[in-house]
Amino acid sequence: MTFDAPEQELQHFRRRLLIAGGFMLVCFAVLVARFGWLQISRYDYYHTRAEDNRIALVPIVPNRGLIVDRNGEVLARNYAAYTLEVLPGHFREADAIFDRLQTVVEITQRDRRRYRKILEESRNFDSVPIRTRLSDAEVARFVARRFEFPEVEVKARLFRDYPNGALAAHVIGYIGRINDRDLTRIEARDQEANYRGTEHIGKVGLEQSYEGELHGITGVEEVEVDAGGRAVRQLRRTPPTSGNNLVLTLDRGLQQVAEAAFGERRGALVAIEPSSGGVLAMVSAPSYDPNLFVDGISTQDWDALNNSPDHPLLNRALSSANPPGSTFKPFMALAALTTGKRTPEQAISDPGYFDFGGHRFRDDKVGGHGMVDMYDSIAFSCNTYYYRLAADLGIEQIAEFMGRFGLGSKTGVDIEGESSGVLPSPEWKRQRFRRAEQKKWFAGETISVGIGQGYNAYTPIQLASAVATLAADGVRFRPHVVRYVEDVSTGARRVIEPEPLDRLPLAKTHVDFIKQAMEGVNIEGTGRRAFANVPYRVAGKTGTAQVFSLRGATYRAKDVKERLRDHSLYVAFAPVEAPRIALAVLVENGGFGSQAAAPIARQLLDYYLLGIRPAGEAEADEDASDAVASPRPAGAPQPRTGDTP
Amino acid sequence: MTGRRFDPRRLLVGLLEPMDPILLVLVSLLLGYAFVLMASASPVRMESQMINTGVAVGVMWVAARMPVQRILATAVPLYLVGVLLLIAVALFGETSKGAQRWLNVGISRIQPSEIMKIAVPLMLAWYFQQREGAIGARDFVVAFVLLLVPVGLIVKQPDLGTALLVAAAGFFVLFFAGLSWKLIAPVALAAIVGIGSIVGFGDRICQPEVDWVVLHGYQKNRVCTLLDPSSDPLGKGFHIIQSTIAIGSGGMAGKGWRDGTQTHLAFIPERHTDFIFAVLGEEFGFVGACLLVFLYIALIARGFIIAMAAPTLASRLLAGAVSMIFFTYAFVNMGMVSGILPVVGVPLPFVSYGGTALVTLCLGLGILMSVQRARFLTQK
Repeated sequence: MTFDAPEQELQHFRRRLLIAGGFMLVCFAVLVARFGWLQISRYDYYHTRAEDNRIALVPIVPNRGLIVDRNGEVLARNYAAYTLEVLPGHFREADAIFDRLQTVVEITQRDRRRYRKILEESRNFDSVPIRTRLSDAEVARFVARRFEFPEVEVKARLFRDYPNGALAAHVIGYIGRINDRDLTRIEARDQEANYRGTEHIGKVGLEQSYEGELHGITGVEEVEVDAGGRAVRQLRRTPPTSGNNLVLTLDRGLQQVAEAAFGERRGALVAIEPSSGGVLAMVSAPSYDPNLFVDGISTQDWDALNNSPDHPLLNRALSSANPPGSTFKPFMALAALTTGKRTPEQAISDPGYFDFGGHRFRDDKVGGHGMVDMYDSIAFSCNTYYYRLAADLGIEQIAEFMGRFGLGSKTGVDIEGESSGVLPSPEWKRQRFRRAEQKKWFAGETISVGIGQGYNAYTPIQLASAVATLAADGVRFRPHVVRYVEDVSTGARRVIEPEPLDRLPLAKTHVDFIKQAMEGVNIEGTGRRAFANVPYRVAGKTGTAQVFSLRGATYRAKDVKERLRDHSLYVAFAPVEAPRIALAVLVENGGFGSQAAAPIARQLLDYYLLGIRPAGEAEADEDASDAVASPRPAGAPQPRTGDTP
Repeated sequence: MTGRRFDPRRLLVGLLEPMDPILLVLVSLLLGYAFVLMASASPVRMESQMINTGVAVGVMWVAARMPVQRILATAVPLYLVGVLLLIAVALFGETSKGAQRWLNVGISRIQPSEIMKIAVPLMLAWYFQQREGAIGARDFVVAFVLLLVPVGLIVKQPDLGTALLVAAAGFFVLFFAGLSWKLIAPVALAAIVGIGSIVGFGDRICQPEVDWVVLHGYQKNRVCTLLDPSSDPLGKGFHIIQSTIAIGSGGMAGKGWRDGTQTHLAFIPERHTDFIFAVLGEEFGFVGACLLVFLYIALIARGFIIAMAAPTLASRLLAGAVSMIFFTYAFVNMGMVSGILPVVGVPLPFVSYGGTALVTLCLGLGILMSVQRARFLTQK
C-alpha cells in the first residue's frame, strides 16, 4: 500500500474518487428507481389509497384513571360532553366559519382566542375544537343545520372534572393541553404512539407525577374515510385500555376541615399516618380551582393567580422552607439523650440569657424560667437550655442526628416540586457560599441553630415526616399520597411504599420521655390553651419562625407590617399511646405558634379522632361540595367511571 | 470612521470573494427549495429556520475564509475535545428520547456527537498528512482505532443515525487514502449477507422474545417495522406507511404546492424534520424528487472536482470525505422516507428543519471552499 511517488498516489486517489462517484450514482439510481416504482408504476394504487377511500387509523383515547380518597370519595373524574371541531384542511378559514356558526351557537371572543392559541401550539391535529361543553339544545340546533357546515363536526369527548373545586388542588393538580415541553417529555419516554389523539396531560400534582398510570393505553380504529376526512365505515378496532385509578391515603373530610381551619390565612399543613407514611391531609393555603386549567385558562384568571402576592399556585407544603423555630427542640432533646450529653433530670438555672463568644442570646421570657430540666425545656419552650445544649453537642452532631429524620433533604413524596430546605452544617456552608470569609462556620451560629432558627429551613412535609418518625419510635416511611394504584379491568392493586425507608437507632425510653414532655406541652405548657379539655392524649410542640425578608413581594406600606410578622408553627401527634396521626402546621405571619397554628391542629385532631366537625360547619357539607365547582352543563351525559364505555 | 465612501459593490465582492461560486449557487438552490417546502410543511417555523440558515451560512463563510492549513491545525484539539465531551455525555449526560446524547453546559445543551461528523474526517486527514509518503498498514490500524473510539461512544448512547454518519465519514477518508480492497471486500460481503438474512428470516427473528444482542430494542423494532410496517401502525410503522403513500400518491408531477392531502390531512409525523421528503414527493411528484437528487449529485460532483485538484494529501482526503458525507445524509434520509432503509434519525441535508445539522453541513461546505481557495493560492 505504500506509494513510490506523489504522482502515483494522486493517480490512485483519483481512481478511488471515481469509484466513490460510481457508487454514489448507483445508490441514487436505486433511489430514483424506487421513486419511479412508487410514483409512476404504483401511482394508481397509492393514488387510490390516498384519495378515494383512505383508510385512516383513528386513535381511541383511553379513559383517564380516577383519583379517589381513602374512603372512595371522588377527587378527579371524567365526564363526556359534546364539542364542535374544525376538520383538518380548514384551519385557516376559521374566522369565516366562526362568523357563520355564530348564528347557530354562541361563540365568544374567548373561544376565538383559545382556538388561535391551540393552533399556534405546534402539534399535529386531527381536528381543532371551537366550542367545548355544548348543551343538548346547542347540539340539536347544530345537527339540524349541519349540512351548512361541512368543515365542522360534533364530537363527544371526555373532560376532566374536579368535583371538589379548590379542595386539595395542590395535591391532585390538574391536566392541561399538551404543549411543546410536554411533547419532548412524551418523546423521551418513547410514548408518542400512545399519545396520538390524546390532547391533555397532567401538569402538576398527582395528575403529573402519576401520568404514566392515569393515562392508559390508546386503542386504534381502522376506518374508511371519504375525501373530506369523514369516517364512512369501521373496519377494525383494537379497544383502548383505561388508565389506572389512584386510591389515595388522603381523607377528604379531614382535608376539608383542615382547609376550613385556615380560613383566609396563608400557610401549609401536612398530616401523616405514622404507621405507613401515608399523607392524610396536605394543605397549601390559599388554594385555587384546578377546573380553570383543564380547558386552557383565560388570561385574566391566569394573571389573577400568578400575580397575587399570596402565590396561590405555590405548593407551600412541599416548597416553602422556613426555620422550624421551637418545634426543633424535641429533636434536639432526643439528640442529647441519644448521645448521652444530657439526662432528663439534669437541670440548668436560666437567667433569661446565654452568653457565648461575646454575644448575648436572649430567652423569650425576661428574667428566665428559673431551674429548668429537660421536661420543662420542652413544655415551656426554654431557649437558654438549648443554647447551652447546642454548644455542647456541636453543629456536626446536630446535623448528623437531624439528617436521619429526613430534615434538610427531599422526602421523596410522590408529588413533584419539593424543595430540599437547609440542614445547616459546616459542610453545607462551604458549598453554599462563594467567598472564603463566608465559607467558615462560626461557633455562634450553632447556638441559633439549637433553637431552630439561624440557617435552619425545613418544609412542612419534612417537619411532618420527622414528627411521624418520632411518633413511630424511629420507623421512618417515605411520605406518599397514593395508597395504591388500581387496575380498572382486573381490579389488581399495587401498593405504594409499603416498606419503611429507615429504622432510626433510638432507645425506647428516650423516645417515651420526649413524647411525655410533648404531652406536657398541651397539658401545662405553651399549648395548654389550644388543647384545654382535650379527651385524648396528644403530644405537641409550638414554634415561631422569624421572617427575614419579603421574598420578592412588592413593597406596599399597608401589607408590610403583617408580612413581617413571625410565622406560627405547630407539630403534634395523637393519641400518644398509639399514634394514628402526626402533623405539622405552618401559618405564615401568624405570630406565636400557640396562637395561630395550635388551634388549627386541635380542629384536625378532634375531627380525625372523635369525628367532631368544628362549630359553624354544617354536617351536610359532605354532599353540598359536589355542586360547588362542577362546570358540568345541565343535561350533559352523566359522569363516567373508569370503565370502558 | 474613516472618510472612505461606502461602496456596496465592494462590500458584496468582499463577502462573496472567499466562496466558490458554483457551490454557492447549488447550495442556494437547495436552501431555496427547502424554504418552499417549509412554507408548506410548517409555515410557523419559517422564521426560525431563516435564523438557522443565517447562522449556518455565516459559519460557512468563516470556514471558507480560513486557510486550509489553519483548519487542519484544529484537527487534533477538536477531536480530543469531541471525544472528551462524548465521555462526559456517557458519564453525566441528559437523557432525551430514550438516549443519552445531550450535555448540559449551563447555557444550553450541546450534542457532542454532532461535532464528530466533521472532527473525525478532519483528524484522519490530518493523520494521513503526517504520514504522507510512508503510509503503511499500521497507519490504517491507527486510523481505524481513531475512528472506532468516537463511533463506539456514540453507538452506546445510543444514536445509530449519528454513529452511522460519523463511521461513514471516517470510512471514506480511509477509502480515499487507499484502504486495501482485501479489507473492504469481506466487510461488504458480510453486510450483504447480514441484510439478506434479516430480510429472508424477518418473520422469525422479529418475534418479541428474540433478543438482538448488538442492537437496542427500539433499533430492532425499526428494522422489523421496515420489513412489516403494519405490525406497528400507530408507532414507527405509521411513519413508513404514511410516507410511502404520500410519495406514491404524488405521481409524476405532484399534487401541487400546499395541496398534499397526506401531508396536511393524514399527518405525516415529523413532516418538517426527518420526513420532509414525503412532503416533497407528494406535492412535487417524481419530477420534484428527481430535481432534488440532481441538485445533490451536482453538489457532490463539484466537491469531487475540488478534491481532484486539491494541492495536498490532507485537503484531498478531506474534500473527498466531506462530499461523501453529503451523499450519505441524502441517500440514507431519502431511502428511509421512501421505505427502503430503516428509520434512523438522519435529516435531509440542507432541507430538513433544525439548526444543528445545517451548521455542520455548511461547515463542511466552507471546508470545501477553503480547499478550493488553497488551489488558487498555490497556483499564484
